[in-house]
Amino acid sequence: MTYTTIAEDTRALHHPKTWVGKYVWSQDHKVIAVQYSLTAIGVGLVALVLSGLMRLQLGFPGMIEFITPQAYYQFVTMHGMIMVIYLLTALLLGGFGNYMIPLMVGARDMVFPYVNMLSYWVYLLSVIVLMASFFVPGGPTGAGWTLYPPQAITEGTPGASWGIILMLASLGIFIVAFTMGGLNYVTTVLQARTKGMTLMRMPCTVWGIFVATILGLLAFPALLVAAVMMMLDRVIGTSFFMPSIISMGEPLAHSGGSPILFQHLFWFFGHPEVYIVALPAFGIVSDLISTHARKNIFGYRMMVWAIIIIGVLSFFVWAHHMYVSGMNPYFGFFFATSTLIIAVPTAIKVYNWVLTLWQGDIHLRTPMLFAIGFIFTFIHGGLTGLFLGNVSVDVPLSDTYFVVGHFHMVMGVSPILVVFGAIYHWYPKITGRMWNATLGQLHFWITFLGTYVIYLPMHYLGLLGVPRRYYEMGETEFVPASAQWANEAITIAALTVGVAQLIFFYNMISSYFRGPKADPNPWGATSLEWQTPKTPPEHGNWGPTLPTVYRWAYDYSVPGAAQDFIPQNVPPDGAARDRDM
Amino acid sequence: MRIAIVIGLLVIGSLVFHFLSPWRQTPIASNWGEIDNALTITFWVCGAVFVALNLFLAYSVFRFRHREGHKATYEPENMALERRLTFWTALGIVVMLAPGLLAWNKYISVPQDARVVEAIGQQWQWSFRFPGEDGVLGAVATKHIGPDNPFGLNPDDPWGHDDILVEGGEVHLPIDQPVKIVLRSNDVLHNFYVPQFRAKMDLVPGMITYIWLTPIRTGTFEILCAEYCGVGHYVMRGYVVIDEEAAFEAWLSEFPTYGQTRVIAANESGAP
Repeated sequence: MTYTTIAEDTRALHHPKTWVGKYVWSQDHKVIAVQYSLTAIGVGLVALVLSGLMRLQLGFPGMIEFITPQAYYQFVTMHGMIMVIYLLTALLLGGFGNYMIPLMVGARDMVFPYVNMLSYWVYLLSVIVLMASFFVPGGPTGAGWTLYPPQAITEGTPGASWGIILMLASLGIFIVAFTMGGLNYVTTVLQARTKGMTLMRMPCTVWGIFVATILGLLAFPALLVAAVMMMLDRVIGTSFFMPSIISMGEPLAHSGGSPILFQHLFWFFGHPEVYIVALPAFGIVSDLISTHARKNIFGYRMMVWAIIIIGVLSFFVWAHHMYVSGMNPYFGFFFATSTLIIAVPTAIKVYNWVLTLWQGDIHLRTPMLFAIGFIFTFIHGGLTGLFLGNVSVDVPLSDTYFVVGHFHMVMGVSPILVVFGAIYHWYPKITGRMWNATLGQLHFWITFLGTYVIYLPMHYLGLLGVPRRYYEMGETEFVPASAQWANEAITIAALTVGVAQLIFFYNMISSYFRGPKADPNPWGATSLEWQTPKTPPEHGNWGPTLPTVYRWAYDYSVPGAAQDFIPQNVPPDGAARDRDM
Repeated sequence: MRIAIVIGLLVIGSLVFHFLSPWRQTPIASNWGEIDNALTITFWVCGAVFVALNLFLAYSVFRFRHREGHKATYEPENMALERRLTFWTALGIVVMLAPGLLAWNKYISVPQDARVVEAIGQQWQWSFRFPGEDGVLGAVATKHIGPDNPFGLNPDDPWGHDDILVEGGEVHLPIDQPVKIVLRSNDVLHNFYVPQFRAKMDLVPGMITYIWLTPIRTGTFEILCAEYCGVGHYVMRGYVVIDEEAAFEAWLSEFPTYGQTRVIAANESGAP
């Protein structure tokens, strides 16, 4: 293999001398990761509260006076955009990507620490701009998270004056931040792996984050140009997306633009975005399952190739979001086929997770519970995707609560379960303390069961035909009164799950100060991040010498070995395994 | 241990919920039985996979949970098994995709003899236009839209003079005759959605879209907008009434043509 000296170059490390240099303007990937994560979780809490307000309106229409239709649509929009971009993307890549990549590949830091620092601060700016839209005249945009024109920039949609401008600006800033971070992650994986760390020895976590970052670097530019073009339409009156229309009874000056062009650009970003969130979760959950089942991830090579194939295919399925958009109907044949093909590598991943459990030695600790919960929710969400991907089956279900149920199972609940599992899994390494297991289990059960109670009935409301993005159903003949009971039950479950997250925060915060000191490798894991000389790892990660890698990340329960795991940096003890070096 | 039992119970619970749920598809009122069939096939295939995979998951967790002295096996991969699984997955995909694509092919192929009616969406109401005796919808443009020409018909286009204009959000259609519903929006995206018809399609300003269907039972069905169109999205409703042929013709004859509305408008304004 090629061995690059960049990994062992310590000169670039800029050791901070002050508290501010260490924790605020930090260039340490671990501090930046925590900054990213805390910011993402903070803004995610805003989105969680918004979803609670939406559910209150849907479960008990009119009960809360300030939830007007305008406010409701603003909540819908901000909830969706925050959760997808500012929470999940930022947390999985900016948070976990930053923390895990250098540690897992045996590097001292990202290859461009200064750019990495900038990435976080620019991300924070994008969040501030987005949050500012709550305080401008007219409030934040209520255009739906898809921001479809013409509606997004015309009267009749809340926030069409200021909110939409701040939203588009914030997206642009976010993309700048993501690009700075993303180039770092990709370059670090490619150039800064330690001696012996071949690509096919990397843990699945790194593979998932690596491929997801490449997807992001290729997909976000489509969103950027869409945002710039819409901004021009809104501010200086161009007509990229604006045909000749009337608004509030008056003709507008635009003419000749195409609303569908925006949808293509948006979903050319939007569908890979699903996998930008999913692939890191796939990778992380593979490692959680393998570690806690004391067994190598089943079919590692297939798992890696499945990640790559899913990543490539994700650029050829975007228009399955547009079957009833009025695009050329013949596209339906192509996109239905490509969409269902992507189900094959995805199914392989699910099989291999379950087959990893088969004949394992499964320790049902809190992170593992979340991982198993993820398998269940992802099977559910993946299968309902086959309904919506299959063009004609999508027609009756499109724009109904079936879609809401599907995408929340597949890219809301599933990645969030992985995020929780990952936080519980790596918390002892990150903080040096151990959390409370009883509270962790309680958090898991309420979250796992509660979310299923929320989203399972939504699929059936969608099957009935209840449309999404309705402030209230009112009197609608085909909707029986029992649908409102479902909405009430869903709301109660949603509020319960939302409040139950306080258990998680209490556990994390109190353990940080009072938790027992953690073992440096409490789960007996093989990958490099558990083999650092100090816990939590110091700036530079590895002390004087970098680790050398002799094996893949999955030597669990190797026959004849003294322990049921062999860390990646343990040299082979006999000639039998020398060829693996 | 507990998680294995809970997943088993969730599978059973999901099945019970599926079969006992009061929320299922509305009784169909159009010819789109193929769509329902494709949906049913998808339900069975996906349902079987859901049950099998999750029960296997629950069993694996139960059977191989950690106990003293228990050790995991070491098996990096099994390509033969992976290939078999890939094959069966691909087969399941084909079983679902084939009826889906066949139904789509029919969905986008409008029969030659379909009657044409135009549905127009504008924040936040529906109106309709029939092509009149000549069978052709007259030209329209945004610039012609005004208080006395809400449909935006081009006054100089002779094809438009016999177009029948239906305001008020209710349209009637005859039973058992294929109808092509041409969709047009004056402002933002909308979506023409009647749950009982199964069909739906966006209305896109600047272009014309369509769906087609054959109503198979009489009755009154609600039109909902299914593409977010601003703050009044949820109140943008209309009605389709499916009539016997004679009742339909009688209903249609009550509405003025564009030519008639122009004469009326001209008389009211006192113009020569």
